[in-house]
Amino acid sequence: MSTDAVLYDHPGPRAKTRNMILTVVFGLGLLALFYWIYLKFDEKGQWAPELWKPFLESNTWVNFIIPGLIQTLSAALVAMVLSLTFGIVFAVGRLSDHWWVRVPAGAVVEFFRAVPLLLMIFFIFYGLPYINGGVPVSAFWSVVIGLTLYNGSVLAEAFRAGVRSVPRGQGEAAYGIGMRKNQVMRHILIPQAARAMLPVILSQLVVLVKDTALGYIVAFPELMQRGVNDLGANRANVVAAAIVVAAIYIAVNSLLTSLANFVDRRSSRRGIRMQRTAPTESLPAQALDASFSAADGVAGARNQA
Amino acid sequence: MRISRMAAVATAAVLALSVAACGDGSDGAGGSGSGDGIVGKAAGGKLVIGVKSDQPGLGLQTGTTYEGFDIEVGKIIAKGLGLDASKIEWKTTVSANREPFIEQGQVDLVIATYTINDDRKKKVAFGGPYYVAGQDLLVKTDSTVTGPEAMEGKKVCSVAGSTPAKRIKEEYPKVGLQEFDSYSKCVQALGTGQVDAVTTDDIILAGYAAQAEYAGKFKVVGKPFSSEPYGIGLKKTDTAGCTKINEILKAAADDGSYKAAWDATLGKGGTPAPTFDATKLTNCPA
Amino acid sequence: MDLLSDPDNLDLYLTGFSWILRLTGAGALGALVLGVILAGFRVSPIPVLRGFGAAWVNTFRNTPLTLIVFFCYFGLYSTLGLELSEEIDLNNFWLGVVGLAVYTSSFVCEAIRSGINTVSAGQSEAARALGLSFFQVLRMIVLPQAARAVIAPLGSVFIALAKNATIVGTIGLAESSNAMKTLINDNGSQVILIFVIFAGTFAAFLIPTGYLFGWLANRLAVKR
Repeated sequence: MSTDAVLYDHPGPRAKTRNMILTVVFGLGLLALFYWIYLKFDEKGQWAPELWKPFLESNTWVNFIIPGLIQTLSAALVAMVLSLTFGIVFAVGRLSDHWWVRVPAGAVVEFFRAVPLLLMIFFIFYGLPYINGGVPVSAFWSVVIGLTLYNGSVLAEAFRAGVRSVPRGQGEAAYGIGMRKNQVMRHILIPQAARAMLPVILSQLVVLVKDTALGYIVAFPELMQRGVNDLGANRANVVAAAIVVAAIYIAVNSLLTSLANFVDRRSSRRGIRMQRTAPTESLPAQALDASFSAADGVAGARNQA
Repeated sequence: MRISRMAAVATAAVLALSVAACGDGSDGAGGSGSGDGIVGKAAGGKLVIGVKSDQPGLGLQTGTTYEGFDIEVGKIIAKGLGLDASKIEWKTTVSANREPFIEQGQVDLVIATYTINDDRKKKVAFGGPYYVAGQDLLVKTDSTVTGPEAMEGKKVCSVAGSTPAKRIKEEYPKVGLQEFDSYSKCVQALGTGQVDAVTTDDIILAGYAAQAEYAGKFKVVGKPFSSEPYGIGLKKTDTAGCTKINEILKAAADDGSYKAAWDATLGKGGTPAPTFDATKLTNCPA
Repeated sequence: MDLLSDPDNLDLYLTGFSWILRLTGAGALGALVLGVILAGFRVSPIPVLRGFGAAWVNTFRNTPLTLIVFFCYFGLYSTLGLELSEEIDLNNFWLGVVGLAVYTSSFVCEAIRSGINTVSAGQSEAARALGLSFFQVLRMIVLPQAARAVIAPLGSVFIALAKNATIVGTIGLAESSNAMKTLINDNGSQVILIFVIFAGTFAAFLIPTGYLFGWLANRLAVKR
């Protein structure tokens, strides 16, 4: 369905009045709620200037928030690059013709998708040195490895759905002109799947940025740790600090989300997006199945948090 | 074309990794130049000391620098080893990673509200104690609470998994226990009245009570119900370093620099410096 | 080996997972209700509702859950005075449920909205031609059909929710991540065994759940 406006008639005069009344009522209710929250915060002294003054000082930004944000973003970026690699390798692994590749790859992907990231990061930091002969794992790498294993598995599933969503004729034609499986994968299927998956990859980046906050469990000095815990310890303003930090997360992630949407629209305009909405009746049934699983893959991967 | 694009992606990946690795490099095991022990490290011109970053009055990262009593003690030790304070690299540790940091050589010393106990002695050596803390309660100034016995049916806050939290659970099961991942949050909840007390070592609580932002709001009850000798952690094998630390501490107590360190930090509010008990300096491995 | 034989440890483990189970159940229910309402808002004819839905989704989807749970304690409870239970654990539990539901509802909303998009336009056009109102079109025609398409994405959302429940540990609930932390603190040398037990439990529950949702989605998929 193209979008929203299909669900209701174009409003006539009565509907317009009704909508107007509902708008006003709801809007006023919302404003009242916000005002009440404001008053309550005021009552508890949360707007006291000494709690907010630190955010006018350069020390707060230069030594707490910005270094924290840099740690957050660099962990997210490194993990993104690694997850992509991990994702492609394991997606191809799961699509392999050999069961001894397919099964272990599937097990790895399923396992890491099912284990909470918090437990994983904690284990990598405290447990891995017991396995790798006592080589310490820094907080940064604990977070990055944890994020990679988890998001890589999610991306592997997304890629797999993407590869399956490429119209079957593409692969068949490639085999037809004598390409080997490896070549079909590399030259035909993955490039098409990757383009279809670009928005998913970008929205996974949002997940990565958010999930770095779980680094608190190993005291990774990311935005939450520096901006809320450390700053809060210094200036006794945890709640104010948390509000500011939340605003930063929302700003950064909204930027990434709108980038993802932009790419999504751009690629769909070019007609290379996999069918995610209802396919039209003219498509053959098999393509439909494929596009449904792609839709699931996309939506599923998007919703991993 | 496709292959070159993949190659580009791979190159980008490698670059990102190497950049990250560089950024991380400074964290690696400290210079292994001259000698294993801290005496050798100090002679090499650098000492990495693990401290708390979020504990007002003890170890607090205020921006580019750290300040607090633990930090001053660290400076005393460095000075005793003939090292200028500017040659110390401070590194944030949290309670759970103090032993691993020492064992793995990520830090040379840990001075971070570090209680000496037998479990930890199996892994690291302790110089000191330089202070004997005790678990206590931080309450609002107008509170009448006198100790954990008086807390039945009330709520006390501590850090999840910490020794003080465990002691409350085991010895005062009727006290409601709220746990967070940092004391700052506990103190915040105390300020707004969700909990009636915060519990941990008295010296940590004193740090919050003395913090300018909380001036006059909180008090420490002052009846410690445990004994937590604070030590200076270092590699278990470094007996010479451990003995040296004790010598330095003793000298610092004699020449008044220990008292000066206290007065500059936790003693700011007028709390007199504790008396330093040199007879307790017996924790070095034989 | 006293790690495995100590009844206190078993208790920690069981308590941890029972909290996770309860958080997941209550959180999923709350998220589903909120999410459907929000999705309704987002496709409604009234601009202010659409704006509200969009703002909600953008705010909560883009904030780390750790922060949302923090605000549940220090915002809802501490500042706004919303006490959900006298008892510390239960209060934290319910605050955690609110946090999880609010956070997850934004994902549920988006899943349902894209599900609505899979229902072909002819369906609602026909319904409108019959004179059904927006609410009737949504409730009787579109949502029931969309429901089949959203099973798979909702499955992933709820599986993520079960794992995210560990984050409620930050406000002190003794759920499984805190239990694992405690056990590791006390039995440092058996880190690996402890991790395998905890991670294995999650995997044992969540992998089959994932397949169940996949199977359901396939079975109920609209074959057009």
